[in-house]
Amino acid sequence: MSYLRAFGSSVPLRRVGNQEIAQLLNVTPNWIFDVSGIEERHYAAQEDTVISIGLLAAQDCLQKAGITAADLGMILVASGSSDRFCPGPASKIAAGLGLDTTPALDLPITSAGALVGLTLAAQLAPSVGRVLVIGAEIMSRCIALTPEEKNTAILFGDGAGAALVDANSGFARIQDSCLFTDGNSSEILFMRNEQFHMDGAAVILHASRKMPRAINLLLSRNQIEANAVEAFLLHQANLNLITRVAAAVKAPQEKFFTNISRYGNTSSASLLIAADEWFASQTAALSGPIVFAAFGSGLTWGALLATPY
Amino acid sequence: MEPQARILEVLQRVTGKQITPGVDESLFASGLLDSFALTDFVCGLEEEFGATIPDSDLSARKFDTISKVEAYLASKS
Repeated sequence: MSYLRAFGSSVPLRRVGNQEIAQLLNVTPNWIFDVSGIEERHYAAQEDTVISIGLLAAQDCLQKAGITAADLGMILVASGSSDRFCPGPASKIAAGLGLDTTPALDLPITSAGALVGLTLAAQLAPSVGRVLVIGAEIMSRCIALTPEEKNTAILFGDGAGAALVDANSGFARIQDSCLFTDGNSSEILFMRNEQFHMDGAAVILHASRKMPRAINLLLSRNQIEANAVEAFLLHQANLNLITRVAAAVKAPQEKFFTNISRYGNTSSASLLIAADEWFASQTAALSGPIVFAAFGSGLTWGALLATPY
Repeated sequence: MEPQARILEVLQRVTGKQITPGVDESLFASGLLDSFALTDFVCGLEEEFGATIPDSDLSARKFDTISKVEAYLASKS
């Protein structure tokens, strides 16, 4: 059995509002908000790296969990935007935490990487010990702020999130999860030569069907009604997509935590940044199930169910 | 009702726009469809034609014009 114990996050200081990018993209700030629900996002400074912001999120998570890096059994780092593909950021983040033998593995899966990390961590924690899952992205360096790329450029921001999965204790027990990959449509969402490519219409079409299916599968096989779920924590891709997922699983929109208006889509970091903010906003102990879900490159998608412990 | 008329009816219903595009006019370029309206359009087509559109066919290109949609649905029947 594995448990969610703590979350952490870190976003670059620089806030970039719709006004700042609208002129470059030949659109209006209101149009950006209408099609995405995003008001601002954070962009990394020149000296920031996926490693440096991932390290900050990791340290924040460890501090909130009240443990040290030496207590970790494994580190999993999800990132599609790291400036170096192999090795990716995991080993350097581990080194930054002062570790020189703890296994640290990369998950180069944009958007869905943190969910994949949580799912793997739930399986691995009973054998390797505490697993720190990190999602860190600097997407602003992988997009073009040009009118031709406006549909992608408006969405993305930079940031990092982290989660600690523990084999012995936590605030929620990871009860079930599901992951899927379909490579037949992998060309609609991919990173090549450090540039992000997305066929937005096709991605929305796939995501608006696949995420609800994954969520409904978990709820169904665990005999949980959507209305009984305390919170849905989704990859923050687009507010309109989250609204559609809520409608598809027949759960009230207010159960879906969102912070995309302030951070944009931070790809693999978004799920854990959202989880960190959601958890920090809780004033009472968890009283119902929580459901995570994400969709990303691969195509890879899935969901994870955790229940109060 | 002919397939093209039924497709147009679904299109107008999900977009809320009483526009009649040419059968070979791009539904995206004409502004009738965007990423989210496409999702509704595909769901509407499934309901109207009693078809199941598999994930492997979820490509915007297949649903870009009324004639492409008609050809696609004919291939499924």
